[in-house]
Amino acid sequence: MASDWSDPRPMSPHLQVWRWHATMASSILHRATGIANYFGAVAIAIWVILLAFGAEGSVAFLFEGPMAWVTRFALIGLTYAISYHWLNGLRHLVWDFGKGYDPKGSNLRSILIMIGAVIPTALLWLNLGA
Amino acid sequence: MTDYRTPAAKVRGLGASGHASKHWMAHRVTAIALFFLAPVFVYMLAMSGAPDPAAARAFFASPMGAIITLLTLTAGLAHMRSGMLEVIEDYIHKPFTKTVLVLANSFLTIGLWLVTAFALLKLAL
Repeated sequence: MASDWSDPRPMSPHLQVWRWHATMASSILHRATGIANYFGAVAIAIWVILLAFGAEGSVAFLFEGPMAWVTRFALIGLTYAISYHWLNGLRHLVWDFGKGYDPKGSNLRSILIMIGAVIPTALLWLNLGA
Repeated sequence: MTDYRTPAAKVRGLGASGHASKHWMAHRVTAIALFFLAPVFVYMLAMSGAPDPAAARAFFASPMGAIITLLTLTAGLAHMRSGMLEVIEDYIHKPFTKTVLVLANSFLTIGLWLVTAFALLKLAL
């Protein structure tokens, strides 16, 4: 491929040529779950407002028929996002004390948190009999 | 024309806003609040019988449900506002788009906080 790039010095690594690793994935997932929680919280707040004004019927379709499964799936995803962000947020608070920066342990904790967030999600939804 | 302004006076106000450490600390304070509040709120809401409207109304109208929801809502929206501000400032560089999104984020989180708090009080009182 022809390129105008003539600078012989090594290029700064870019996201597309960067080997994925656990701590990178967990960092990106922290932002992604934060954004998911944002919209999840907005949705729940709007639902509380609709309840207060007796207008919850306008979103009743979300809990009926096949749509109920889409909503349930989204809420299970939101439960995972909250669980992940909570666990990884705790890790951020520990980092603020200057602890938990060893590479091997960091990789391990990244994977443990990604898997660990499944536990509260599963416990809650099994309890609900979903 | 002679310019009497000192070099320092010319650059003052052009740099960083100087609010970074306050923003940093506020994000941690709301995080610690949510460390305690979020699990309690999620568990209580999940067990309340929601999304059944009557069960959800009873939950938000109960003193414990209303208080936990108000606390989680307040800490949550403050945390959401500062977190989303961070994301916008990191990824959106066009000044106009950035300003619009920063304003939208502030209006949405503050507005939603007031309206939802009003809705909760209406349900609870």
